[in-house]
Amino acid sequence: MSKRRIDPVTGTETTGHQWDGIEELNNPLPRWWLWTFYATCVFALIYVILYPAIPLVRDATGGALGWSTRGDVAAEIAEVDASQADMRESLVSIDLAALDENEALLSFATNAGGAVFRTNCSQCHGSGAAGAIGYPNLLDDEWLWGGTIEDIAYTVRHGIRNENDPDARWSQMPGFAEILEKEEIATLVVHVQSLPEGQDPLAGAGGQLFDENCSSCHGMDAGGDRSLGAPNLTDAIWLYGNSTERLTQLIERGPFGVMPPWSERLSEAEVRAVAAYVHGLGGGEAQVGEPADDTAAGNPNDLMLGDETPE
Amino acid sequence: MSDQPLYVSRIPIFPRRVSGSYRTLKWWMMGLTLAIYYLTPWLRWDRGPNMPDQAVLIDLVNRRFYFFWIDIWPHEFYFVAGLLVMAGLGLFLFTAALGRVWCGYTCPQTVWTDLFLVVERWVQGDRNARMKLHNAPWTARKMRLKGTTWAIWLLIGLATGGAWVFYFTDAPTLARDLVTFQAPGMAWFTIAILTFTTFVFGGFMREQVCIYMCPWPRIQAAMMDEGTLTVAYRDWRGEPRGKGLRRREAAADLRVAGPLVGGRSPLIPMPGVPNTTTGARLETAGQDTRPPGDCIDCNACVTVCPMGIDIRDGQQMACITCALCIDACDQVMEKIGRPRGLIDYVALSDAPREAAGGAPIPAWRHAVRPRNLIYFGIWAGIGIGLVFALFVRPEIEMTVAPVRNPTFVTLADGSVRNAYDVRLRNKNGEARAFLLSPSMGTAADVSIESRPGSVVRVPADAQERVRVYLTAPADSEMAREAASDARLWVEDLAGGARAHVDTTFNGREN
Ligand code: SF4
Ligand code: SF4
Repeated sequence: MSKRRIDPVTGTETTGHQWDGIEELNNPLPRWWLWTFYATCVFALIYVILYPAIPLVRDATGGALGWSTRGDVAAEIAEVDASQADMRESLVSIDLAALDENEALLSFATNAGGAVFRTNCSQCHGSGAAGAIGYPNLLDDEWLWGGTIEDIAYTVRHGIRNENDPDARWSQMPGFAEILEKEEIATLVVHVQSLPEGQDPLAGAGGQLFDENCSSCHGMDAGGDRSLGAPNLTDAIWLYGNSTERLTQLIERGPFGVMPPWSERLSEAEVRAVAAYVHGLGGGEAQVGEPADDTAAGNPNDLMLGDETPE
Repeated sequence: MSDQPLYVSRIPIFPRRVSGSYRTLKWWMMGLTLAIYYLTPWLRWDRGPNMPDQAVLIDLVNRRFYFFWIDIWPHEFYFVAGLLVMAGLGLFLFTAALGRVWCGYTCPQTVWTDLFLVVERWVQGDRNARMKLHNAPWTARKMRLKGTTWAIWLLIGLATGGAWVFYFTDAPTLARDLVTFQAPGMAWFTIAILTFTTFVFGGFMREQVCIYMCPWPRIQAAMMDEGTLTVAYRDWRGEPRGKGLRRREAAADLRVAGPLVGGRSPLIPMPGVPNTTTGARLETAGQDTRPPGDCIDCNACVTVCPMGIDIRDGQQMACITCALCIDACDQVMEKIGRPRGLIDYVALSDAPREAAGGAPIPAWRHAVRPRNLIYFGIWAGIGIGLVFALFVRPEIEMTVAPVRNPTFVTLADGSVRNAYDVRLRNKNGEARAFLLSPSMGTAADVSIESRPGSVVRVPADAQERVRVYLTAPADSEMAREAASDARLWVEDLAGGARAHVDTTFNGREN
């Protein structure tokens, strides 16, 4: 910084700012520039008066127009809600088994259901719906209580094993710690582990224990019973894992997985939407009596054109 | 504070008409750029039914960019990005080689200002007449002349704004809607803004836009070096300048070299150096014993300059290298029988050499130098890359994104299933069906979520996203191993074209 002086070459006053010996001249501004500057000042003033602008401790000034982005969002949400009212109404009244014949409604339901799922269900079943130990994987084709869209909706509506909803699905596996000896449980664990490999459920000492203690719920063929939510023990899916420790613990104490009844928090349309979403995740079952989807696809190398040609 | 005013109003500039080779080049550039701008939206290009037939169309609503036979989808935006990078590098190249030629010849601000000047000159006459009219009181005649000028400017502005909107929608349709007042509000709004800015920038702000608003003059200082060809005044040849041909002739054989001050003629004002102030020049001009230079101080170069500067003061930020002063001075040189080129495209590095009497270095040697070649190389490389990318663009476009949440699912029968988000794009004018299938020899089986079969139908000029499942049987190697290669084939059932995408399959070991 140095004193202001008149630059002899240009005859212009300097601002007094100086960097590395280079001085800044105090040239006047172009007039249009100045007026643009004043105009922006006036604009800013008017803006501050009309719109929310000055932050206060909890809030901000409201602005004379009463406008706010939140108000805009609320209005937009209301608008979307109103535009979807029809869809929601028909979703509530439609027979869920026939949902996949109505493409527009199905796509509405799965989209809305996805949002419901991520908000309410992902905490237990995971955002990818792959579940965890004790929380069913909703992507596979194993369903404890049935996998048709109506079955799923019922489960969502009333929950599993909860005392608040008299219509909730209920079953309970007892803990066998008091009933069976330690060695008996160990034998049973080894036996159960071998079931998916094709072991006869009733064979040997394990088979006898199974017959006496387990078959009433899981079935003589260990195939499970959906009316009781008893899992199929011969398939590859283990809700609680199939390690020796886990199975031992499971048989000793008896599992007790609870799902809340969502009809308390979700509207019927939302329940149905999320059921449609979960049903569509890849494991959903068609209504009984309907033929399974034909998903066969050949290799294009040996595929006869025309086989799959769309109409 | 001193009594400095807070602001200054613009000092109007009245460039004189000039003719010459650079002016001719400028006319051609002006015609070419204006023709491209106004006519492009009206070119038609047949793309088949249901597709726009406008050759150049930026379809923001449907997110497509059509450029003759090329259509660009949002995922191919790298083409546009590549073109922008090329435009940037091209600007570097031209600036490094020729200074602000972009500003002087092709910048819209220059082109439209030039066009407005033509109108102004046509209505009000050339420099002297315009100056007289400007300083005259507001009479009916002045109002009529100024009013006519402004009205024509406004019409040009309107045409400019009007042409812009045609790039974004079908031009004939929009033109009809504009005439019948049915065009969308956005179109009117855009036209209004562009009309206003063209009118004000081209008619009233002119060089102020270049000097105060445009960042490019600031950037160019960093882009140019001493090898760059710019418009400059050969002061070693022109000084001492003076009027009067007879005096020049009288002194013609006086060949006494005057002392150079700091390598320059003492007649260029230099702060702190005695005898170089403007006053000193006038005083000594008559008694200068050196032979007079070629400049006869006729001011022709100053009066034609659209930026209102005197190029004889040396290089300055405001100069847009439009070379009009070269044309003006060359005419003068011709008249007084001196060689052309007192004002010329020269490089800073040439100055000492030429001042010492060396021969000028030909212009092409300045253009072809490593820095420019490197810029050109990168520029051309990107261009070739883009053209190459254009030709290898697949006819069938499928992207396959493996779903990672979860990486795999075990099914009840022990088989392992992986999910993929598959996008299929149909760039044709009619709906197409695509058949998905796994590679031959892989154990996996392909199916599509909530759809029977493995055929995906994609509407015309659209893309479809489906979730595709690959399922490997329980006892297969794919189901066991942590990761194995998988290939997904897609076949266009209408044309028979096939394509594939490689991806991975996660097994139980994962
Ligand atoms: S001095 Fe003026 S006329 Fe000469 S090139 Fe620069 S801008 Fe153009
Ligand atoms: S036009 Fe040429 S001769 Fe005339 S003043 Fe400019 S430089 Fe000197």
